[in-house]
Amino acid sequence: MKIYWQLFWTFFKIGLFTFGGGYAMLPLLRDEVVRKRAWAKDDDLMDYYSLGQCTPGIISINVATFVGYNLAKKCGAVAATLGIVTPSVIVITLIAAVLNQFMENAYVTHAFEGIRLVVVALIADMLLELGKKNICDYKSGGIFAAALILTIFGGWSPAMVVLAALALGLIPFRRMIK
Amino acid sequence: MTYLLLFAEFFKIGLLAVGGGLVTLPFLFDLAEKYPWFDVKTLTDMVAISESTPGPLGVNMATYAGFSAAGIGGGIVATLGLVLPSLLIIVLLAKVLQKYRNHPLLQRIFYFIRPAVVALILAAGWQLAKLAVFDVKTAFICVLMFAAIHYFKRSPILYICLGAVLGIVLKL
Repeated sequence: MKIYWQLFWTFFKIGLFTFGGGYAMLPLLRDEVVRKRAWAKDDDLMDYYSLGQCTPGIISINVATFVGYNLAKKCGAVAATLGIVTPSVIVITLIAAVLNQFMENAYVTHAFEGIRLVVVALIADMLLELGKKNICDYKSGGIFAAALILTIFGGWSPAMVVLAALALGLIPFRRMIK
Repeated sequence: MTYLLLFAEFFKIGLLAVGGGLVTLPFLFDLAEKYPWFDVKTLTDMVAISESTPGPLGVNMATYAGFSAAGIGGGIVATLGLVLPSLLIIVLLAKVLQKYRNHPLLQRIFYFIRPAVVALILAAGWQLAKLAVFDVKTAFICVLMFAAIHYFKRSPILYICLGAVLGIVLKL
């Protein structure tokens, strides 16, 4: 029972401090799940994230479900998912009731500008580490560069990029698979 | 009845929207035309609010749309509808993944995918940076924050709170 509460509470915290899309959640997720709890490794998170990009549903939910399931099966998946959506449900319900005042409040807009800057810095810090770990030779460097160009200039959706990399992995260039 | 409809509609969105939270937007436009729950103008407000409140974007928008349609219960029902397909599909996928985790082919596929994911995060971060960093002051704070994060390695939550305080104090 304890593990379900831990999952719920951990993902509740992540949901409460995630501002924006699934990528904004990643630094928090790493800190809680990889560093503090050691529930998963960096590689696992990358894999969940890539699978979450190309399976139905919101990425952050998919990743939460993955972590929860691997730790404590189906009930773990449910606990983690409920944890990450609960702050949204509470906060949005409160705000929807007083919509206009919230958006026009100067303090709120200033605070969010500051938060956005921190999110950018958090993502940059995470990218340094993930880059060092995953881009380690010519091949991975080439995939990184190609994916970047296709996303920024080619207008490819993240799902398309992941699926293309997956297809590339299936081609047995040097017969790595016997 | 509205609850049932909301659940079904958001279940559909959860099943069909592949990718980030903004992917749900076209589906929500569709809902605005089909039902009297909310109009297209409210939707733009919804995006703005969902972007700047805690929680994943897609979940926030679902809660908001559900709340507009049928109050607090509507928000809860829409959110549950949205996440249920994820739960079902990912649980199946996770089972398969656990079983074949160490298979060489799967290892190789992920070896190819991971650098691409780093690129995806970089591209997303870049989009956000363009939005957040717009003058010398914001650029300076961003670099300062990065240095603090990189050297002190404290909890991201601490830095996010710090960012909110800085934003208010410096009137960013």
